[in-house]
Amino acid sequence: MTDERILAVTMPKWGLSMQVGKITVWIAGEGDDVSVGDDLADIETEKIAGTLEAADAGTLRRIIARVGEDVPVSSTIALIAPPDVSDDDLDAAAAEARAVIDAGVPEEAVGGPAVETAEVGGRKISYAGTGQDGDVVLLIHGYGGDRNSWLFLQEPMAARYRVYALDLPGHGTSSKDVGDGSVGMLADTVLGVLNAIGVQRAHLVGHSLGGAVAIAATARDPLRVSSLTLIAPSGFGQEINASYLRGFAGAQTRRELKPVVGQLFADESLVTRQLVDDLLAYKRLDGVDAALHTLLGTLMDGDTQRTDSAAAIAAIGGAVPVTVVWGKADRVIPPAQAESVAGAVRHLVDDAGHMPHMERPAEVQAAIEEAITRAG
Amino acid sequence: MARTITYREAINEALAQEMERDETVIVMGEDNAGGEGSPGEMDAWGGVLGVTKGLYHRFPGRVLDTPISESAFIGAAIGAATAGMRPVAELMFVDFMGVCFDQIYNQAAKFRYMFGGKAVTPVVIRTMYGAGLRAAAQHSQCLYPLFTHVPGLKVVLPATPYDAKGLMTQAIRDNDPVMFFEHKALYDLAGPVPEESYALPFGEANVMREGGDVTIVALGRMVHTSLEAARQLAAAGVECEVIDLRTTSPLDEDTVLESVEGTGRLVVVDEANPRCSVATDISALVAQKAFGSLRAPVEMVTAPHTPVPFSNALEDIYIPDAQRIVNAVKLVAEWTR
Repeated sequence: MTDERILAVTMPKWGLSMQVGKITVWIAGEGDDVSVGDDLADIETEKIAGTLEAADAGTLRRIIARVGEDVPVSSTIALIAPPDVSDDDLDAAAAEARAVIDAGVPEEAVGGPAVETAEVGGRKISYAGTGQDGDVVLLIHGYGGDRNSWLFLQEPMAARYRVYALDLPGHGTSSKDVGDGSVGMLADTVLGVLNAIGVQRAHLVGHSLGGAVAIAATARDPLRVSSLTLIAPSGFGQEINASYLRGFAGAQTRRELKPVVGQLFADESLVTRQLVDDLLAYKRLDGVDAALHTLLGTLMDGDTQRTDSAAAIAAIGGAVPVTVVWGKADRVIPPAQAESVAGAVRHLVDDAGHMPHMERPAEVQAAIEEAITRAG
Repeated sequence: MARTITYREAINEALAQEMERDETVIVMGEDNAGGEGSPGEMDAWGGVLGVTKGLYHRFPGRVLDTPISESAFIGAAIGAATAGMRPVAELMFVDFMGVCFDQIYNQAAKFRYMFGGKAVTPVVIRTMYGAGLRAAAQHSQCLYPLFTHVPGLKVVLPATPYDAKGLMTQAIRDNDPVMFFEHKALYDLAGPVPEESYALPFGEANVMREGGDVTIVALGRMVHTSLEAARQLAAAGVECEVIDLRTTSPLDEDTVLESVEGTGRLVVVDEANPRCSVATDISALVAQKAFGSLRAPVEMVTAPHTPVPFSNALEDIYIPDAQRIVNAVKLVAEWTR
């Protein structure tokens, strides 16, 4: 760009496989003054829809990407500049950006972190890492999820940390055998992956069942965990949405699965056809049905929670700083259970359900990074 | 699901994984082991287009090369199925089914019914279909409507590598006779396919693209032609919902009807001849059960009611192309009383 005061708004990379995104609506218009964090546009990827927030403040002077067109990741979709930058300079920058969008996805754009596998407890475990040398962060998904659940977080956090995401046994491309399905077995898997990565200490981030797993791993060896961030973790109360869990485990068709998956989000319109198809493809792999039903027994005793993370966290006894993040509109595990996480810094997130890391990723990322910084 | 393999490799992988998992699974047909013992590429061809290549040596004694007598080996496969095996027999071209049709429609399809539910016939008959390979009228037909017509047969037409593997796995595990149609022009099509085994249920259509203006129902190779047409139409402001039926028997009526209830407009795209076909079947279904939703007459894009021409120029215009689908969609989208 000719003038340094012209700031580019770019198509974000939400997830390892994302190559193009599509703007479904421009929330901000040309001429609007925007502040950091303002909603700019709704963007749809083949997996999920999300809202792009402004990373810079200024006047939105030019909108380049049209609604509905395929825009390659990281190409310029709009320009922010102060009012005194000339229209000629902006038009020149806009024409340059237009040409990049029109050129489409470059051939070599696939990239992303390579998937690695480790043998842990006789199982093949998949994980993928990306980012800077430095503090290691390990992201642990919940029941029925996989390492791609972190699609909105892993790449952005990689700017500051070395960020890994794993597939727990029974999930993603890891072995589908879950043995007794216990939280202890899952926690041993997490520690085994840390060994495979070759790090002594890491920051653990766990969602839902993954939160209980992160706590159990920490309880086994507190010296290996620098900080613990729990997103809507299981095990801090009796109440849980049993019909959601049974519905997810039992759904055989897209028609059955879609309304179930909708319960994960505050805004059900985020559930795209591709997201449901991907979940269905996972559920149809040999062994997944058995794994999900075994893990159902780990999570629930009748209609209430079986896991007891509160006792486990008491055992850690403040040796590791704990942060808890919860969506205020969580319909799977009630956000009130955040109160039971002793000694934790709490973040309750507006307009988010059970998947705040997908619905409000910027806020969750900020909470995790604050936790890491606090841990020193 | 990062790994990409072809439609041909996907079928081969499903066969190999099921043979690994279940020792009653066997493969039989003409040239499955043709050239066995010859050096290099000539060794064990794996069928005329190489779909079963590699299985002969990997599963000794379980890949059977048969004489060129379809009535004999298709009959043998059906008999073996009733006796506890899970044979996958290759009827090289569906055009050859005439000589073994009795074994299929009047024997295999009837056993469960005639023997009061006591007999199961877990046989898969793999067969190639479709035009486009300059193979003329006797090696290019789309005869799946004939099998769809017969109660007791399941009829499967995968359009993608992912579906080819999952539907083949289900076909082998299914306890009824399954006709598995492979389009010759799709063998080299590549797509993402999980390495692990998975089975796709029969009777579940796949919504390949969502759109609110016009429903396009297609199957087999025509799914891709329809998606190409839908891309062109989207650029012109017409959003099509493209449905791949995946199986014609059982048929997923609900997905078709729900879509037409939303769009009010239907184009059916079928490479087969137009009379008594899947295209007419879907049209009748919608006319009967979604009549109140229709805002335009149903359009069918099919081959003409002729044999497949041998002339290259004629074969090219025989096969429905994207332009014909675009025209049909525009016709129903712009239709007024």
